Amino acid sequence: MAHLELDRVAKQFGAQTVVDDFSLAVGKGEFISFLGPSGCGKTTTLQMIAGFLDPTRGAIRLEGKDLTAIHPARRGLGIVFQSYALFPHMTAAENVAFGLEMRSVPRSERAERVRAALAMVGLAGYEQRHPRRMSGGQQQRVALARALVIKPSVLLLDEPLSNLDAKLREEMQIELRQIQRTIGTTTILVTHDQNEAMSLSDRIVVMSQGRIEQIGTPQDTYERPASAFVSQFLGKTNDFAATIDRTAMPARLVAGSWSAPAPAGLSGPVTVSIRPERIGFGDAGLGAKIVTRIFQGNHWLFQCASECGPAIVIRQNDGQAQPAEGEGVRLAWRAEDMSVRGGAAS
Amino acid sequence: MSSVAEERSIRAPWALTAPALMLFVGVLLIPLAMTVMLSFHDWGQYKGIEPVFILKNWQEIATDPYYAEMFWRTFRIAILTTLLTALLGAPEAYILNRMSGRWKSFFLLVILGPLLISVVARTLGWALLFGGNNGLANKLLMSLGVIRSPIPFMFTETGMVVALAHVMMPFMVLSVWAALQRLDPQIENAAMSLGAGPVTIIRRIIMPQIMPGVLSGAIIVFSLSASAFATPAIIGGRRLKVAATLAYDEFLNTLNWPLGAAVATLLLAALVLIVVGSNAMIERRYAEVFR
Ligand SMILES: Nc1ncnc2c1ncn2[C@@H]1O[C@H](COP(=O)(O)OP(=O)(O)OP(=O)(O)O)[C@@H](O)[C@H]1O
Ligand SMILES: [Mg+2]
Repeated sequence: MAHLELDRVAKQFGAQTVVDDFSLAVGKGEFISFLGPSGCGKTTTLQMIAGFLDPTRGAIRLEGKDLTAIHPARRGLGIVFQSYALFPHMTAAENVAFGLEMRSVPRSERAERVRAALAMVGLAGYEQRHPRRMSGGQQQRVALARALVIKPSVLLLDEPLSNLDAKLREEMQIELRQIQRTIGTTTILVTHDQNEAMSLSDRIVVMSQGRIEQIGTPQDTYERPASAFVSQFLGKTNDFAATIDRTAMPARLVAGSWSAPAPAGLSGPVTVSIRPERIGFGDAGLGAKIVTRIFQGNHWLFQCASECGPAIVIRQNDGQAQPAEGEGVRLAWRAEDMSVRGGAAS
Repeated sequence: MSSVAEERSIRAPWALTAPALMLFVGVLLIPLAMTVMLSFHDWGQYKGIEPVFILKNWQEIATDPYYAEMFWRTFRIAILTTLLTALLGAPEAYILNRMSGRWKSFFLLVILGPLLISVVARTLGWALLFGGNNGLANKLLMSLGVIRSPIPFMFTETGMVVALAHVMMPFMVLSVWAALQRLDPQIENAAMSLGAGPVTIIRRIIMPQIMPGVLSGAIIVFSLSASAFATPAIIGGRRLKVAATLAYDEFLNTLNWPLGAAVATLLLAALVLIVVGSNAMIERRYAEVFR
């Protein structure tokens, strides 16, 4: 049985449907990311799990029990808010102790657990600081300690790292993952940063306009995007219009002067989607001309004008000579690296 | 070259603030200094004001219990008014802040409404409602048999406190409102997720954070009530005087300007001391919340 289960959950504000048909089963100890553009309903979904919003339809179950019937104060979930929402009039230790106080944990045990929680997030010695005298990263850690100290059954994180600068964010990502591995709390992270989602999670839920586009491991969603939206949202991608040539025997998939054996059971116009780092320069293939060539340290980025519209190619900087701007090239890739969408089943 | 620029950069702020400074000195500091000086002059029924330096007026205020009673009443009324506005205004602001968009702006207007009406008109309204046997509310309550004799309102301290609290309420609500605006919108959810109930949230999370707002509102209400003139003048008349109406009477009825000046000076000095003192205390106490 799934630890946390969302069953066709939907949320409407007035006539506007913000989340629809959201079904997800989260295993115990799993790290899940909700990934999607701004306004796609990530926070709304998280707030429904937390209990600050009631779902319009559907059920949310924790360990098989209906969660929506339980008051948010008694759900026992740990939540880290985007703004941290620390209590500014309390010290770091008092902030962390608050949840234990509400649970009537004896004073001595409370002090010990607060100390341990702050030490775990690397804030030993900051017990008596007030939040406003702490840096963004330190506040973020206090918020994490405050959520974890109550030993929540599920940890909900709403863009906890978005207020941090790039370097600190990376450090916190590593730390977050380590802490989560150590204590094994089931975790749901909301983010619109695809790198964050990919580097942290066991599975990613890609959302768009209130609906789930794809659920899968980071590698899965990146390598085998289920929709054009997912492939565009997760990293850069090239989409080429292609056709299936049934006159050839066996049938061939054709994009400009590039072609390959057609996958079985497809006909009509389709879209071929291929990651820029999977395209190579060869002797045969899609005709293109290099428009710009950008050096990016460990790799080169080429923007090309191909027969099928603009294309981007990324090549490792492996010391080989690279084509110059204005040079004509042929783009080729392996059939297993692309995904083909659309077209009618035949 | 650089010294010229430096000189200019020093002069510029002075030049720019000069008009306002001159106005400030001309219409506030000079009359104030003259009032203080006036309080040391002599006065007699037939000789009028004599520009000498004596302590007669100050001695009179210090020794005559009439003045002590007057000042004590002034501050008692101001304190009670402040308490009343805090007790009603803080919850009012909190509820207002939780309302949704349209209702919020409507009720904000209702609360600010009194500020748009003249103090005299508002206070006369209270007088019409509760003024002795002819007051509308009194008449109604008596005819319904709820009360037998009219609720005393005019010429009572209670009346003054109620009318003043009505006048001062917007200042308290706005001050608490400003403090509420600075709250993290998720702070109540955060407390709730940690297991806190509604009462605990208000007591442990909201109250400590809006306390600076309540206290700065209290300072405004207190100083305005202690120096209020129109409301005490209408409700209290000549029978129930406070410091401000007393000073007014000395100036315009008895024509004893020096004594009136001494009363006014004392009121001002006491208020400045109280306000500056409590402000410093609040800022020290709530340093963490203010930052
Ligand atoms: N209380 C509300 N009333 C009406 N509409 C709302 C309300 N809360 C959110 N919405 C709408 O729901 C949609 C999704 O909001 P949500 O906050 O879940 O987005 P999000 O995915 O978290 O975006 P972001 O990445 O910007 O935080 C938005 O279009 C928003 O305008
Ligand atoms: Mg959000």
